[in-house]
Amino acid sequence: MRYLPKSDAERRALLAELGLSSMDQLFDSIPAACRLERPLEVPGPFSEKEIIDYFRARAGENAADHTSFLGAGVYNHLRSVTADALLQRGEFLTSYTPYQAEISQGTLQAIFEFQTLMCQLTGQEVANASMYDGSTATAEAALMAVRISGRQRLVVSRALHPEYRQVVDTYAAHLGLVVAEVPFDARTGQTDLAALGSSLDAATAAVVLQSPNFLGALENVPQAAELTHASGALLVTAIAEAVSLGSVRPPAEADIVAMETQSLGLAPSFGGPFAGVIATRERYVRHMPGRLAGQTTDAQGRRGFVLTLATREQHIRREKATSNICTNQALCALAVTMHLALLGKEGLREMAAQNLAKARYALAELEKLPGVRRAFTAPFFNEVTVEFPASVRMINQHLLREKIIGPLPLGPYFPEQTKRGLLCVTETHSRGDVDRLVTATARALEAMGRGARAAVPAEAER
Amino acid sequence: MSQPHAQPMSKATRHVSINERLLFEQSAPGKRGMELPPCDVPAVDAVEALGVEFSRGPVEHFPEVSEIEVVRHFTRLSTWNYAIDLGMYPLGSCTMKYNPRVNEFVARLEGLATEHPLQPVELSQGCLRILRTLEEVLEEVTGMDAVTLQPCAGAQGEYAGIAMIRAYLADRGNPRKKVLVPDSAHGTNPATAVTAGYEVVNIRSDASGRIDMAHLAEYATEDVAALMVTNPNTVGIFEQDIARAAEILHARGALLYMDGANMNALAGVARPGDFGVDVMHMNLHKTFSTPHGGGGPGAGPVAVKKHLEPFLPLPVLVEKAGGALGWDAHRPKSIGRLRAFSGNFGVLVRALAYALAYGPGMVEATRDAVLNANYLRKKLEDVYELPFRQPCMHEVVFSDARQKKHGVNTMDIAKRLIDYGFHPYTTAFPLIVPGALMIEPTESESRQELDLFVEAMRSIAAEAAETPELVKSAPHSTRVGRLDEVGAARKPVLRWTPGE
Repeated sequence: MRYLPKSDAERRALLAELGLSSMDQLFDSIPAACRLERPLEVPGPFSEKEIIDYFRARAGENAADHTSFLGAGVYNHLRSVTADALLQRGEFLTSYTPYQAEISQGTLQAIFEFQTLMCQLTGQEVANASMYDGSTATAEAALMAVRISGRQRLVVSRALHPEYRQVVDTYAAHLGLVVAEVPFDARTGQTDLAALGSSLDAATAAVVLQSPNFLGALENVPQAAELTHASGALLVTAIAEAVSLGSVRPPAEADIVAMETQSLGLAPSFGGPFAGVIATRERYVRHMPGRLAGQTTDAQGRRGFVLTLATREQHIRREKATSNICTNQALCALAVTMHLALLGKEGLREMAAQNLAKARYALAELEKLPGVRRAFTAPFFNEVTVEFPASVRMINQHLLREKIIGPLPLGPYFPEQTKRGLLCVTETHSRGDVDRLVTATARALEAMGRGARAAVPAEAER
Repeated sequence: MSQPHAQPMSKATRHVSINERLLFEQSAPGKRGMELPPCDVPAVDAVEALGVEFSRGPVEHFPEVSEIEVVRHFTRLSTWNYAIDLGMYPLGSCTMKYNPRVNEFVARLEGLATEHPLQPVELSQGCLRILRTLEEVLEEVTGMDAVTLQPCAGAQGEYAGIAMIRAYLADRGNPRKKVLVPDSAHGTNPATAVTAGYEVVNIRSDASGRIDMAHLAEYATEDVAALMVTNPNTVGIFEQDIARAAEILHARGALLYMDGANMNALAGVARPGDFGVDVMHMNLHKTFSTPHGGGGPGAGPVAVKKHLEPFLPLPVLVEKAGGALGWDAHRPKSIGRLRAFSGNFGVLVRALAYALAYGPGMVEATRDAVLNANYLRKKLEDVYELPFRQPCMHEVVFSDARQKKHGVNTMDIAKRLIDYGFHPYTTAFPLIVPGALMIEPTESESRQELDLFVEAMRSIAAEAAETPELVKSAPHSTRVGRLDEVGAARKPVLRWTPGE
């Protein structure tokens, strides 16, 4: 086997040193009743060529030849091959968590840079070295607010990503926390602040909302913060589309920001691995979960970095830790750091500006079709809820025939919104892609209209 | 004539490592490392599009560097790291094995890396087939009935497992209050039990490093939901009474959770499903070779027996009539969703690539891993104290008892190993061995590398006796010496600010 660096003669020599004559004897401490006495029934062994062929075949069964307008927490943005080439250096790829600081300074300095970039983007004072993803970061941020406030109730916006919401519910359920929901405003698409105001009480630990929210609307974070703080609770703001921070004001008034960084240099990869991050105010740092790199010096005064404030963590505190998290998403966070280093101040601003422009172009073109309009009035970044004169699911069936994956139907998430879809347009879409979507949608609506008209006499005959 | 290549070779030689400032310290206005294609639709003004109250200017102090500077920056940083690609990484319980490059290649394929988790399920059959095949492999390796691939890492797998136990017991009328955790367990175990709403009761190990069965029988009351056991345990010894432990628990209505962090000792040799385990997690970044990447990403699939299947996290991958795969999200007894979307897919791809490379031959890796650990044990037991005498599985735990007499502790020895060209072993864990040296070579080490490690460890043992100061002030070959961790924690500096 090519991964095993021993010849059979070497194996026999090592066994002889142990006074053993067979490999089986190495397992004598396992009772016979616990042993597997047959070979595993699994596919393989495969050579490298066969592995590649197998996965190429699977890749061919997916949607690589389609143009997609899906967002909803996973975004297609330009990435540089330079970052990926650097990321595959073995010293990054095959190193462990940097507990041994003297031989991990590369990873540690990069984490410190990641933390700095996340603070700059979010307008917060400290950021951790990463969480699993945006959804678990949001749940952990809510639990962090529970620890800080000593209160047991969460108020969650209905416009929070439904899958993030489900994760919050899972974590809350096992700790006996109460989760209340506030609606979004039917006109603006933003969290209904009047309803939020009346939902807050002295037991509320945190308000959790997302901006841009699941419907694409930018939330009024300063006002939400004011309301939340008036009741003594903390405001948790989730961000699923981090590129928005290239043009959208950061949620500086939030007490905790839980962000998904996928859109900053990570491939969609069917949903993971991504990297979440928690950013907060300095005074809450000891309540924060996850690893942190800090700057320090050695005995000779040379600058270096170490993992720090570990007394929050499970390997030191065990059952008293702030979270059970151990492994995080270090390599993904490093990819984000590399991507942002390349993109830089001007590149990020330009990328965000292109998203603003393309999403608005797509919306304007779609709105030229009869019965198609924007569903909500609040400002949006690169995602917008569009209302169609027919079921989005049905329209999408037509679009698929032209190899277009259309807007995400909102019906499964909000039963009253079957004719609405969440459209995402980024800098990766050309004007031609958008025009193709618009003409295909026009054809779909026309075909569906014809179908409906044709169905009327048939109905009447019955 | 001299023959340089025939000279004995020690592992490490010093060489120059290049200094590098922070990204922010080499930034200059106007530089950039990435350009975008021109915008082919009418430009919009951000302030006009969003309104003043929703827009921002350029991100203050964000880096401005060119492409070559970025390449040098991260290449220089990379040379400051140790890595498996450079040599043995004997961290006990971390299973730092070779990370095959083909796994990286296939995870990046167009059609896999490019896929959106919410795209229509009929256009995702390739991704779903990969997931289903990996589930089947893991079911066979563990001897369990069903697998969820959702958990992002071992700790989240533990959480899923304990949450399922809680849901199962609640469904039968009483979730109970306590989870038993051996004193040799990983820190994640007690932390997980608390996150899932349980009180932790620590149970002690016996003189041979195994769970004290009498103690277990006494503590497994009607209040206890589960025992969390790592097998082989963290001292590298198989828990021979595991089946009896399962009987004791089951007789009292409690369940057995297995932390599968050490599956690298068992794959193809023994299956937890055959010795009474109800639910377990695996760390694919350990046993299944997905890269640690400096601390993640991992993946922590959970395998369960039939009775826990209704409680699996959402959504569950199901095969429909005709063979098409899809997600089932309507499962009333489920513990709910653990994360958005469908697990760390890219990590799962790599794990399957690893499994396919070996096939049933996975057992050879297990054997080599155990062979290597026992070889190191044999070669070092005369110079380092061995607290437990029985043969080990995939890792061996020594203590620093003999070196302590000279004022040298496990951390000092570990730091000195760096000067010999090795990454340290795991220090001061498990907690039941004072001054532990926990060594896991994995199957990825050649005899030459093992012998260099033995030579280094024996040499350090001699130094500890003869020149203890040399060991206590190690490492001597790194770009920074031991760093002031107390100062770092007392006055945390957690980001760069322009004032510095």
